[in-house]
Amino acid sequence: MSPVRHAVEIRDLHKSFGSLEVLKGIDFTVDPGQVVCVIGPSGSGKSTLLRCVNLLEQPTSGTVVVEGLELTDRDADLDAARRRVGMVFQQFNLFPHMTVLENVTIAQRRVLRRGKTEAERIARENLDRVGLADKEGSYPAQLSGGQQQRVAIARALAMNPALMLFDEPTSALDPELVGDVLTVMRKLAEEGMTMLVVTHEMAFARDVADRVVFMDGGVIVEDGPAAQVIGAPQHERTKSFLRRVLDPTHTDV
Amino acid sequence: MTDQPKTAELPGPGGNPPAGAKLSPRKKQQISRAVQYVLLVAAAVAAVLFVDWASLAQNFAKPEVAQESLPELFTIALKNTLIYSVGGFFFAFLFGLVLALMRLSPVRPYRWLSLVYIEIFRGLPALLIFLLILFLPLALPGFEVPGGTYGQGILGLTVVGAAYMAETLRAGLQAVPKGQMEAARSLGMSHGRAMVTIIIPQAVRIVIPPTTNQFVALLKDSSLVLFLGVSGEYVELTKFGNDLASTHANATPILVVGVTYLLVTIPLGYLATRLERRQGKGR
Repeated sequence: MSPVRHAVEIRDLHKSFGSLEVLKGIDFTVDPGQVVCVIGPSGSGKSTLLRCVNLLEQPTSGTVVVEGLELTDRDADLDAARRRVGMVFQQFNLFPHMTVLENVTIAQRRVLRRGKTEAERIARENLDRVGLADKEGSYPAQLSGGQQQRVAIARALAMNPALMLFDEPTSALDPELVGDVLTVMRKLAEEGMTMLVVTHEMAFARDVADRVVFMDGGVIVEDGPAAQVIGAPQHERTKSFLRRVLDPTHTDV
Repeated sequence: MTDQPKTAELPGPGGNPPAGAKLSPRKKQQISRAVQYVLLVAAAVAAVLFVDWASLAQNFAKPEVAQESLPELFTIALKNTLIYSVGGFFFAFLFGLVLALMRLSPVRPYRWLSLVYIEIFRGLPALLIFLLILFLPLALPGFEVPGGTYGQGILGLTVVGAAYMAETLRAGLQAVPKGQMEAARSLGMSHGRAMVTIIIPQAVRIVIPPTTNQFVALLKDSSLVLFLGVSGEYVELTKFGNDLASTHANATPILVVGVTYLLVTIPLGYLATRLERRQGKGR
């Protein structure tokens, strides 16, 4: 094992859906404790990249190594590997037939085989972390989008992941609810969680991320410190994208 | 138009329609409504006058004959109808779930087998299945359906019900959003575990309304058990009513049995609505 182990290491990753090649050779790494934001226009492949990290999408070719375990090895125990990787979805994907507490305990009980008391204690700790200790008896449908997303974060955290993946976690939220979720994520970053975040929230990327990766057309165009990629982009494609995102009313049509 | 000034002279916003003018839509509707009521009253009067009510009551609602059906109507006939249909529903549900999962399986022969079963048994009359079961011991010497008469009846209903249930449950499984499976998998659950804990419970909730219909259909199909040659303590409602009607040469038992079916099916509909509403909370 190399002295510095990467939390995530991706080499020459390709992914095609039929004849459409979405990822055209991606190489990148995330180190333990790092917060990496992936930005880019829609259709650039950033969500697919994220979903390849826990193999929700099967890569066409290339290697994905998470916590030293090669997931693209066909004999890898994906279920075991996914326990170490939390994922938060754009559409929250809470289990609608379970209460908030059940949502946060079910995988602890069934996957990690924790006892009921222990699972509930850990669930309450994590609900408290996301500021929803008082909602444990509610059903997802009774919560706002921002609350649902924070429950989803607590659900992932309850598994004690080494790495958290966020797939556009605030894109489905009303604007006034975005802040609650971003605040939770920022707190998580400050506590030292390794995070890979696909997002359109440039302010979050600039303030919280250690690194920002700009993707376009299935390749990584620019990869560097947040201040550099967002503050002083080198490539024309990055500049044009940032202009559109940061100043949408003055976009060249 | 010539009558326009005349209309304007009349008091009130609408006024009376001027002579010779066309009827307003409202007037036309009133007339049509009146005609419909007249027809209804005429039909009711005709029924009262021409139907021999005394004979009808004698044949369909004779209290003595109805009295005769008690208490066996409930202690035997209804009980057996419920045993056949609840038993059939239970196994049809389990078997249907297996078929639905096979239909969605990545293993091609499973999909194929399930499809063949569904196409065959959805297309055959339930009565035919019961007749086949009757001949089963001839085809397989030494074979006996476990549970005797009850077993045979429940088997028949299971074979038919499972085909329908499979299609309903497949639709329910497919109606659960894809993100649910992804969320479960991302938490480290295996495919099977995710199915059992996350997907199937939601699919079952989705199919409650069509499943209620299927139970009602199964309840009615349980009447076909009479073709298995059931007798004595195994008779269900229809057979019971038919036998009693023959004995007394009177149709009252048929009516009584009909009402007994409704005693089950109508509350069931209400129950399903309530269940649906309760589950709706979790949606």
